[in-house]
Amino acid sequence: MLTHPSQLTAWKARILEERSVPKKTVVVSNGTCGRASGSLGIIEALDRELDRRGLRDTVGMQVTGCHGFCELEPNIVIYPEGIYYGRLKPEDIPSIIEKTILKNKVVEPLVYADSKTGRRYALQKEIPFYRKQTRLLTEDNLRIDPDRIEDYILADGYQALAKVLFDMTAEEVIREIDSAGLRGRGGAGFPTGKKWQFCRNEVADRRYIICNADEGNPGTYMDRSILVANPHSVIEGMIIGAYAIGTAEAYIYVRMEAPQAVRQVTIARDQARKHGLLGKSILGSEFHFDIQIVEGAGAYVCGEETSLMASIEGRRAVSRQRPPFPAQSGLWGYPTNINNVETWANVPLIIRRGAEWYSQIGTPKSKGTKIFSLVGKIRHGGQVEVPMGIKLREIIYDIGGGIKDGKQFKAVQTGGPAGGFLPAEFLDLAIDYDNLVQAGSTMGSGGMIVMDETTCMVDLARHYMHFTQEESCGKCVPCRVGTRQMHDILVRITRGEGKEEDLARLEELGDSIRVASLCGLGQSAPNPVLSTLRHFRQEYVEHIKQRKCPAGVCKELVSLPSPKAPPTGRKTKKRQHD
Amino acid sequence: MDDLLRGFGREQKDLTQILHKVQAEYGYIPAQAVRRIAEHLNTTENEVYGVLTFYKAFRLQPRGKHLVTVCQGTSCHVRGGAGVFDEMKKELGVEPGGTTPDRMFTLDTVNCLGCCAIGPTVVINGTYYSRVSVEDVHSIIAEYRKRK
Repeated sequence: MLTHPSQLTAWKARILEERSVPKKTVVVSNGTCGRASGSLGIIEALDRELDRRGLRDTVGMQVTGCHGFCELEPNIVIYPEGIYYGRLKPEDIPSIIEKTILKNKVVEPLVYADSKTGRRYALQKEIPFYRKQTRLLTEDNLRIDPDRIEDYILADGYQALAKVLFDMTAEEVIREIDSAGLRGRGGAGFPTGKKWQFCRNEVADRRYIICNADEGNPGTYMDRSILVANPHSVIEGMIIGAYAIGTAEAYIYVRMEAPQAVRQVTIARDQARKHGLLGKSILGSEFHFDIQIVEGAGAYVCGEETSLMASIEGRRAVSRQRPPFPAQSGLWGYPTNINNVETWANVPLIIRRGAEWYSQIGTPKSKGTKIFSLVGKIRHGGQVEVPMGIKLREIIYDIGGGIKDGKQFKAVQTGGPAGGFLPAEFLDLAIDYDNLVQAGSTMGSGGMIVMDETTCMVDLARHYMHFTQEESCGKCVPCRVGTRQMHDILVRITRGEGKEEDLARLEELGDSIRVASLCGLGQSAPNPVLSTLRHFRQEYVEHIKQRKCPAGVCKELVSLPSPKAPPTGRKTKKRQHD
Repeated sequence: MDDLLRGFGREQKDLTQILHKVQAEYGYIPAQAVRRIAEHLNTTENEVYGVLTFYKAFRLQPRGKHLVTVCQGTSCHVRGGAGVFDEMKKELGVEPGGTTPDRMFTLDTVNCLGCCAIGPTVVINGTYYSRVSVEDVHSIIAEYRKRK
C-alpha cells in the first residue's frame, strides 16, 4: 500500500534491484490475435524446452499483450538483441533455443523476409512494418506483462499521477491537456481539455467519468489491444482525469466480445486498489477515487455515449437527444465526462513528457499519434501507431507492405460503419481529423480496411447497411425504418434486381436519415452507401444495367450469361492466401 | 438462484450484470430466473424481459453443447468471411441463432471479434480459429462432432 509519492520511486528501485537480469529474455506476444494463432502452444513449448535444458535461471520469459504485427502471429522477440521470429510453430522452439539463446546465432529460415523485396530482417526494429511507426503508446507493450503491475511501474507508470496529485492543481492539469492539443480518439475529435473543463464547470454534488471501451466498429481493435497489453495506462489516465474534473467515481464500459480486455482491466484495477492507487487517499493525498467495470452485452449502439450511459444504468440502451450533453446531464442526471480508451491512455504520456513535447507531434490541428487497425486486403495487417499527418500511402505501402496477393489497391475504408471510402486519388492525403472529413470520410476510432479489385463496393455497402439496421436501437423512425429500406434496395441490386431509379432513391433516403436521426449511429449510417455512390457509381450502374458484378462477389450475378437465363452454377470463393 | 442473487445489489444498474451471471450459470435465461430477478430488483418481469431482449448477449432458449460463433466483421467479410458463414450454415444445417436437433451446436454471429488481421475468424466455445477458409469448415466441426 503506497501512502506517499516517494514510495512509488522506492518501489521502482526495489523492483529493479530484486529482478535478476537474465542473459536473454524471450518476449511472447499473447494478445487475442496471438492466442487465436497459437501463442499458447508457443508458450508451452518454451516452458518445456527451457525446463528440459535447465535454462530457467538464465533465460527470462515475458508474456505480453499485442505487439501489433498481427499478420505474423504468433511471434516472439528475443532480447537484448531484439531478434524477431514470426508465424511460429511449437516445433520451431527447440532450434531457437539451441541457436539463438545458446549460440547467439540467428535461425535463418525463421527470419522475417519481405516477400516483395526478398530482403530479410532479423531485428524487430528494422522490419519496415515497425520502422516507420511512432510507437509512443504501444512501445511499452513489449515490456509489460499485463498481469504484473510491477512491469508498468518499471516503465515509469503512475509517475504522472504522482506529479499531478502533488505538484499540479486541477486547472493546471486541464490546461496541460488542452495545450497539448489532445483530441478525442473515439472518432469525434473533440478537444479533450475543453471537454474536461465543461464537466468541471458544472455545479453539482457528484460527477462521473467514463471510459468508453465499447469498441464495436467492425475492423477496429485498438482499444482492446491497449486494455489487454497496457491496462494501467488507461487507469492512470482516468485517475488524472478524475482529479482534474473533480470526481470520485468512474466506470469502464467494456464490450463483452473482448473477454481478454475485460479480464486484464479487472486485474489491473484490483492491483491498483491493492497498492493504494485507487480508493481512499490515493498515494497519501486527499484525493479519493474508484473505478467500476461494466461488461457490455453485445449492442453496438452502446458505443454512442447516451446509449452507453443508459446501459450502465441497467436499462435498454436507447440513445437520447443531445443537448443536454453528458457534461451537463449524464449518468443518473449528473455531469459526466466520457472519453475513449486511447484518449485516456494518452493522458499519462502528456503529463510525463509535457504538452510542449506532445504538441510538436502531428499536424497543426491534430496532435500526437493515432493507432490504426490496418486490416483487409493488406499484406502486413496489424495495429500501427503513426503520427497524425502521415500520408495514407505511407501507412498502406511502407508500413502495410501494399496489397495482398499482387492485387491492386481499390479503396480504403476509414471510420467504420460511420465513415467513408477513399479511392486511390486520396493516397497522398495527410491523415488527420479535418482532412479525412474534408475527403468525405472520418477518422472514426481508427479502423482502416483496405480493399482490392475483388471487393465489390455494392456488396460492401449492403454489408454495412445490414450491420446498422441490425444494430439500430429502434427508437427513432429514420434509423429504424430508413436503414431497412436502404438495405432492402441494396440486396435487390446485388441480386441483379436493381432498377435505375434505385440510386436516386438511395441518395434521397440517405440524406433524410442523416438529417433526421436522433444519434450518431443513424446520422452516419448512410455514409458507406453515399460514399461508395460518390466514388464507385459505375459499379452500381453495372450491377443494375448489365447485371454484372465486376468484382465477382455477388453470387447471383457472377455466372449469369444473360439477365434472363437461370443461374447455371455457383462460383465458389477462392481461398485468400496471405 | 438465491445464492447467485445474494452477491448483487438491488438497483436497476445491477440488472445486466445479474443477467450475465445467470447466463454463465445456466447457459440461458430461464423464465423462472426472470421472475426471481424481477422480485430481487423490485421491478416487473416486463422490465427484465425488455432489457434482456434488447441485448444480443442474452438468450431465452438453452443453447447446444458447442457454441459456434462466426465473425461477420468487415475485415472478415472482405477476406471471404461470407463464404465461410454460408458453409457453416450448410455444415450445421441451421440458421444463425439456431441449434442443431441433436443439441450439439448452436450457430451464432458476431459483428466483430477484433482479430481483423487474421480473419476470417470463427470461435467455438471460446477457442479462436483464424484464417478459416471454406474448406476448413468441415474439418473444424468434425473435430467437435468426434468429441461428442
